[in-house]
Amino acid sequence: MISLDLIQETAEILMDKAAIEIPEDYLGGLRVAAKVEDGDLSSFVLNAMLENYKAAKEDRRAMCGDTGTPRWYVKMGNETQIEGGPIALEAALRRATANATNGVPLRPNRVHPLWRTDHNNNVGIGAPEIEYGYEPGGEWIDLITVHKGGLFGTDYRMLFPSDGIQGIKRFYLDSLVAFGKRGLACQPAIIGIGLGGCKDTCMVLGKRAACLRVVGSRNPDPKIAELELEMKELGNSIGMGAMGFVGKSMVIDANIEVGYCHTGGMQMSVHAFCLSSRRAVARVYPDGRVEYRTDPDWFTDYQRRETVEWEIPQSHEKSA
Amino acid sequence: MGNPSKPREIRLSTTPTPEALAELKLGDIVYLDGLIYTAREGVYMRALEQNANIPMELPAESAANFHCSPAAAINPDGSYNMGAVTATASFRFSKWIGEWMAKSGAKLIIGKGGMSVKDYKEHFVPNGAIYLTTVGYGTGALLGRGVKRVKTVHWNEELGLAQAMWVLEAEKMGPFIVESDLAGNSLFERENEKISANLAKVYEGTKPAVLKRFGETDDRSDELIG
Repeated sequence: MISLDLIQETAEILMDKAAIEIPEDYLGGLRVAAKVEDGDLSSFVLNAMLENYKAAKEDRRAMCGDTGTPRWYVKMGNETQIEGGPIALEAALRRATANATNGVPLRPNRVHPLWRTDHNNNVGIGAPEIEYGYEPGGEWIDLITVHKGGLFGTDYRMLFPSDGIQGIKRFYLDSLVAFGKRGLACQPAIIGIGLGGCKDTCMVLGKRAACLRVVGSRNPDPKIAELELEMKELGNSIGMGAMGFVGKSMVIDANIEVGYCHTGGMQMSVHAFCLSSRRAVARVYPDGRVEYRTDPDWFTDYQRRETVEWEIPQSHEKSA
Repeated sequence: MGNPSKPREIRLSTTPTPEALAELKLGDIVYLDGLIYTAREGVYMRALEQNANIPMELPAESAANFHCSPAAAINPDGSYNMGAVTATASFRFSKWIGEWMAKSGAKLIIGKGGMSVKDYKEHFVPNGAIYLTTVGYGTGALLGRGVKRVKTVHWNEELGLAQAMWVLEAEKMGPFIVESDLAGNSLFERENEKISANLAKVYEGTKPAVLKRFGETDDRSDELIG
């Protein structure tokens, strides 16, 4: 049984870490981009960002004043038991979100879409989102918080098989150029691409590809992995850099996730995470251990399974 | 490997003289000193559509309007906990900006992404104002360091923390980049033109979607704001 107090306490720490500490994988990617960049203004911007990450950590203040829309991804093992059950878990995550909004502090971004009511705590109808995943074996819970920026850099389009890879590239470039102008997408960013599924799942896949996969990770399908690298290079060949100034750095990495779709369609979504790439993860065990990390490790073989049944590999059962 | 040259850095008052503004060139890096206030759709609607009295002496106290909501909280004892400060995208405030400038005498509009050259020519140039863009986006921690203290917060009860009018004491607050000059030229549009020249080549080997969408354009040099 995992203690509810420990879950809430851990969740509050995660909210703080996500807002303040740039994940190492993204920082590494941005350092490489800053070295390669030769546009005067783009280069100034990237170096200012590197200073900003340092200032945030030193002062323990949020990296960016727009602290996005905090949300939770929760993953559990098949044997996991939470004190108080799922209702108590959701209440704990909502409390942690509200407390951290005042504690860090974060910007109270969440308002009612029509009445603009602001509870000043990032909690409201459907906020924060809490999404779930499960893994075979294991008694742990993974708490993942993502504070993605909310307004620009994301688009969806229903493509068709006849659009092919050429059509995928066209929509990808259209999205990057449109949202990259004036730097609205807060590039260079990790770009997530969702292909297939239905409209809603296509958006979910693309968003998760941007927010739940780290820089340097590759899709296990070798052809998709190749396409990811090609997309990264294509994005960086536009001639646009940070803030939409002339430059070379648009994409820190391109991640593609796929889902089976309607036989007549080829849904596509594009999502840009941002210069602050806010994500933080902890695994909490029933014995009270907490392990912090920045890799959500969301897309396991199990999450990408395509068969009816799932055979638990021997090694997996033990380690998980 | 890149070997970029460094842009020019300038300290500027938040009640700047016309001469100081005339000195600024597109792409200059600016650090601000003095009082700065946040005002976005909430403040604009309250001041301009509901005709509420602006609770500050403008522009005497400050001629610097920041399109921003800080990541900040008001403590139970009334003191402020100021974290990071980052701008929000300004193009959405186009419908109010002319009237706001006339009423507030703002000379510096600070935000994310700039506004259109049309807005600059119609509203900024006649009012002797320029636009400063934040950097990144998201040098929120650096900008937060430049806030010496929160002087006060107006209209918090009416508008909520995110839309309230925060009055901040800035000391070497920055960096900001000069996006528009007194003649109404735009750095972003200048950069967009340069980038557009290369786009046809980048798009080679792609093709338009078989199903079109309303309003679709294939002219990628088009400005999308406004």
